[in-house]
Amino acid sequence: MSAFKDAGHLFRLLGVFAAGLLLFLIVRGFLVPRSFGEYGHYRGNALAEIAARPVNYAGHATCEGCHTDVFDKKKDGKHAHVNCEACHGALAKHADDPASVTPQKLDAAVLCVRCHEANAAKPKSFPQVVSADHASGVVCDTCHQPHSPAIAAGGAK
Amino acid sequence: MKLTRRHLLLLLPAAGAAWKYVLAGTPEAAPDYNRTEHWWGMLIDLPRCIGCGNCVRACQTENDVPDGYFRTWVERYHVSDYDIENPDVDSPDGAKSGFPPAKDPSGKNFFVPKLCNHCADSPCTQVCPVGATFISPDGVVLVDKTYCLGCRYCVQACPYGCRFINPKTDTAEKCTLCYHRITKGLTTACCENCPTGARQLADLKNPKDPIHEFLKTHAVQVLKPYMATHAKVFYNGLDGSVR
Repeated sequence: MSAFKDAGHLFRLLGVFAAGLLLFLIVRGFLVPRSFGEYGHYRGNALAEIAARPVNYAGHATCEGCHTDVFDKKKDGKHAHVNCEACHGALAKHADDPASVTPQKLDAAVLCVRCHEANAAKPKSFPQVVSADHASGVVCDTCHQPHSPAIAAGGAK
Repeated sequence: MKLTRRHLLLLLPAAGAAWKYVLAGTPEAAPDYNRTEHWWGMLIDLPRCIGCGNCVRACQTENDVPDGYFRTWVERYHVSDYDIENPDVDSPDGAKSGFPPAKDPSGKNFFVPKLCNHCADSPCTQVCPVGATFISPDGVVLVDKTYCLGCRYCVQACPYGCRFINPKTDTAEKCTLCYHRITKGLTTACCENCPTGARQLADLKNPKDPIHEFLKTHAVQVLKPYMATHAKVFYNGLDGSVR
């Protein structure tokens, strides 16, 4: 029995370990969020939180809901696949409350050249102009109607 | 119990936190979205990109990206005829105001939009020490900013340079593939605003998505395939000089 005569020390050590483990588990229970590990090694609620952010761009389907006249004008033109907000800007607020939030008037002199100013890196098939030479200062929408930009015989419609 | 000034002071942080949620408004629910039915990626049709920078501006507007930082940006490559290994790349302010005329119109000039590749085996999520960044069940690499320590491991780990530390929050930030939009049935802000359709959101789990037909009929690549990240942003017409 002499080998175990000081076994009390070991039991005391075991007690300290058990208390430490308990403390760890309690603290862990408080610190680790409830949803951690729901889908993987991360906080599961984060998914819903990130998804819950409000949108700024309403999307072209929303625009289509009211502005059917513009869509009729656009649909056969070169700009048929350019979505409204690509030029008009983020308008989810306008879609939520059309009466009080009205879109800004656009400046064709700035907007058209963003895409159509000639640049060697642009695809060759894309219509490009050197704006200074093309219209000698006349603003684009004098001749081109932005929703359907091809110039009809006899000038702009 | 008597309410003292000290009690009120103790309540302030909690009230502040609560007020933040009041200001943010009630979150829009997406009840009919099932995470297990999607696997998101993107298609970038390079021959259509005109370098207008609409995607960069839209991303900033949609996601409140601080000035000088980018979740997506557009690069312009210039490759001279005999030196494919050393392309000349520029991206003035991430192409937020488009591009100036090309310095050298000879050789090859083209645009390459970049964004998070939403890798299926992403190095960035593997190095996070606290589980603040992860790939969602629908294949989007996200950051839980309430959990992020700002240790910058992930910023270094991304082989595509798609992460940054937001100077306001001091947490890691990156493209979320507009998770708040795609879960509501919308497309991402960059795709919505791309005038030429060079960017298209793709749901790889949806058999009706046009991406499948496109992948079958085109020579499509991902960036840095040798990193074995299994990137899900597919580039059509990608030049060998693109890094």
